[in-house]
Amino acid sequence: MTILLTIAVIVLVFVVIFQIAKASEYVSLLKGEEASRQQNNKINGFLMVAFLVLGLIGVWYCNSVLFDKTLLAHDAASVEGARVDSMLWLTLAVTGIVFIGTQIVLFVFAYKYQENKNRKVYFFSHSNTLEAIWTIIPAIALTVLVVIGLRNWFLFTGEPPKNAMVVEVTGKQFGWIFRYPGKDGAFGKKYYKNIDAASNTLGLLWDDKLGQDDLVTEQTMYIVKGKPVKLIIGSRDVIHDVGLSHFRLKMDAVPGIPTTMWFTPKYTTAEMKEITGNPNFQYEISCDQMCGNGHYSMKGVIEVVSQEDYDLWIAKQNPYYFAAFPEKDPAAAKPAAATTDTSKTAKPVEVKTVAKM
Amino acid sequence: MSNEAVLHAHSDVATHDAHGDHSHEHHHHETFITKYVFSQDHKMIAKQFLITGMVWAVLGGLMSVLFRLQLGYPDATFPWLESILGKWAKGGHITPEAYYALVTTHGTVLVFFVLTAGLSGTFANFLIPLQIGARDMASPFMNMLSYWFFFGASIVMLSSMFVETGPFSGGWTAYPPLSALGDASPGSKTGMDLWIVSMALFVVSSLLGGLNYIATVLNMRTKGMSMTRLPLTIWALFFTAVLGVLSFPVLLSGFILLIFDRNFGTSFYLSDIFINGVGALPNEGGSAILFQHLFWFLGHPEVYIILLPAMGMVSEILSVNSRKPIFGYMAMIGSLFAIAILAFLVWAHHMFVTGLNPFLGSVFVLLTLLIAVPSAIKVFNWLTTLWRGNIRFTPGMLFAIGFVSLFISGGLTGIWLGNSALDIHLHDTYFVIAHFHIVMGVASMFGMFAGIYHWFPKMYGRYMNNTLAYMHFWITIAGAYMIFWPMHYEGLAGMPRRYYDYSIWESFKQFQDLNRFISLVAMIVFAAQFLFLFNFFYSIFKGRKLTTLNPWEANTLEWTTPIHPGHGNWVGEIPEVHRWAYDYGKDGKEFIQQTTPVGPDESHH
Repeated sequence: MTILLTIAVIVLVFVVIFQIAKASEYVSLLKGEEASRQQNNKINGFLMVAFLVLGLIGVWYCNSVLFDKTLLAHDAASVEGARVDSMLWLTLAVTGIVFIGTQIVLFVFAYKYQENKNRKVYFFSHSNTLEAIWTIIPAIALTVLVVIGLRNWFLFTGEPPKNAMVVEVTGKQFGWIFRYPGKDGAFGKKYYKNIDAASNTLGLLWDDKLGQDDLVTEQTMYIVKGKPVKLIIGSRDVIHDVGLSHFRLKMDAVPGIPTTMWFTPKYTTAEMKEITGNPNFQYEISCDQMCGNGHYSMKGVIEVVSQEDYDLWIAKQNPYYFAAFPEKDPAAAKPAAATTDTSKTAKPVEVKTVAKM
Repeated sequence: MSNEAVLHAHSDVATHDAHGDHSHEHHHHETFITKYVFSQDHKMIAKQFLITGMVWAVLGGLMSVLFRLQLGYPDATFPWLESILGKWAKGGHITPEAYYALVTTHGTVLVFFVLTAGLSGTFANFLIPLQIGARDMASPFMNMLSYWFFFGASIVMLSSMFVETGPFSGGWTAYPPLSALGDASPGSKTGMDLWIVSMALFVVSSLLGGLNYIATVLNMRTKGMSMTRLPLTIWALFFTAVLGVLSFPVLLSGFILLIFDRNFGTSFYLSDIFINGVGALPNEGGSAILFQHLFWFLGHPEVYIILLPAMGMVSEILSVNSRKPIFGYMAMIGSLFAIAILAFLVWAHHMFVTGLNPFLGSVFVLLTLLIAVPSAIKVFNWLTTLWRGNIRFTPGMLFAIGFVSLFISGGLTGIWLGNSALDIHLHDTYFVIAHFHIVMGVASMFGMFAGIYHWFPKMYGRYMNNTLAYMHFWITIAGAYMIFWPMHYEGLAGMPRRYYDYSIWESFKQFQDLNRFISLVAMIVFAAQFLFLFNFFYSIFKGRKLTTLNPWEANTLEWTTPIHPGHGNWVGEIPEVHRWAYDYGKDGKEFIQQTTPVGPDESHH
């Protein structure tokens, strides 16, 4: 019923508009083309300025309402992200000035030079000086932005500092798997045909000694405040993207082609709760590349903790190898041994050790 | 074929004015089929492109309204949706499958069917012969095929919406592996096959059209119409056609490899894949990134394929209605040329975060930001064109001014996204959505509206209603800014695009009110387009009739044809051209048409 009513109202509004439009056409015929054009010009000329003024007020209002909801309202959570922010502010200043200036010129010109019988238009077909000016000035401004941008770009995509910890991140429909290299500091080999959805989510080669101490977790990744972390990013199925908006970085996860990204977290999760004033704050990993119907729910969480808390956490983790082969776990004698997040359902399985040639 | 040959082939130029005089019509008897369906008259083909494009624009716009319903009101249920969409909106709630299908189809349809075929297909067909002084295209038959391939593509795309597994739903960019594996997404099953077939037909249509436009502009200009006397519309359409002809085949090659991966077990794009519930796939050694290179090698020029015709028409309309020459004609051509060249050298800026070699990325940053220079030249030249003019706010002029405003707003955010060190933060967020919708989507739509309002009298010999047009303009420009401006803020919060629901995200859920506002405005703006649609179709039959040949007092050749030009455009000889198209306000004269010989004491510009 309400739908019918709404449709009826909409149709009615349209009919009224059409009637007004038709009537205005007759009026303009009566008044003569010339007179009606002048009247239309006046109205639209006024609207041009009105649009400019209201538009600029709207821009200001929009900013005042929404600014606090953006990331710019507080500090970037990584050292590198702070550079993104400062560059962003500079770019905003440059483009903001151009935006306001050109929009004012556009609408003011439109208003000021609306048709006037007494004005003789100025036949002005070109001017090399003017054109040179507005070729050179943007070129210089852009050069500055490019130089700053590329310096940051090479920092972001370059090698991380030597003391960086390494975590492997693997995307899958629709979640994240994290792997830590374990005590030996090196990842074991893996091969995708070894993947078993229950017991070997990454397809580790169990006979590789380097991999036998690797830790594998899902959903939550732990990293250390102030310590650079390098992510080695991959995907198990389609393309995903590790989006870290608070750290101001993102990188695609591509099946078959590992990518990397590194950053230095500045605040622990607990500190960010205070900074943002949001007790539920989380560093979220959002998938930023369309990956299927569950794309919108592909969420991971990063816990940034102090070194001490990290050491406590990692000490509780059990290598993934033992989840697959509990009988080899030296701690297996104690049945209540802590297990990794994903090992709850793990049971020993026959593992095909297909080596990647 | 030379102009002379065409002239003889159509020595029977039939015009409405000459209807009573049947002695002119010898062997060119037009039936309903040859006149309205399989027409080879470029003007009729233009109208076919236009109306098909409008149908798609309504469908594509409606899709956006539907998915905006989900974004604006994620918790509400709309029982009527289930009656329309059936299982795709169970319980009155759009499913994720349907949401992604809507988003994907909206993108594909708007980019290719509306803003490529509907925009450049319409105006290249309509304006090229009329403005260069030709009786028709170089190959009217190929031109007809171009439309019918587009029609075929439309039918296949439409049919993909009715298959059981749904239309393709992996985003309009169709990145594999998602688009290659039906097991990864139901939309990548039959829906994707139909999507590729439709796009392949579309590429054929574009190539047939594009080759024709190039050949026509180069070979069939009338006497005196040197390249530097062409109106800027023609230059823009010419560069558009060149871009299309050089880049669409690359897209097609990418699609062919995708077809092989999908159906014939090859591994061009596939490697190291394990699908839940299916297991490890045998494919090894392919590169998913290869597709992105092939796709964006078209994809980026495509942006300019969409934008250049709008720029050309806006240049023409701004000049005509400012009663002043376009400022910096040669600089306008030069900047079009620069944009056309650079369009081929920036594609990887869509791929900064794919793990692209950082050095390669830096080259693309440089080339991308270089595009801002010709763009800036164009903007400043438009502004100077307005300066000290005598502006008539015709509906076409309003949309042209609106285009400039939107092009500035959307172009400036390109400087953000083209800089890889900012893109690494903003990539695939709502900032991108805001950027390309303003600069490519809405701006080009404005160019298209400007063109329609301006050339409608030439198309149908009648005027459109001004009052409706003014309302259409002001609602649309205000609405477009209200929809897309706040999206920048969502992007600055890192809010990813293509999300069905944000409620589980601590970082993004604060925008629920804003999303509702945007959805509401989107619906109003969509409704306002019916003002235009009604105006268009009503005016075809009932609009005020044209009484003069040249209603806007413009210089270009199309206004020297009869009010209802027949197939062949001019009765008798094609006029000769003596000057460029922009002698407005010269030597105190309101306007001097291109066909007017240069007077003895005329000043030089």
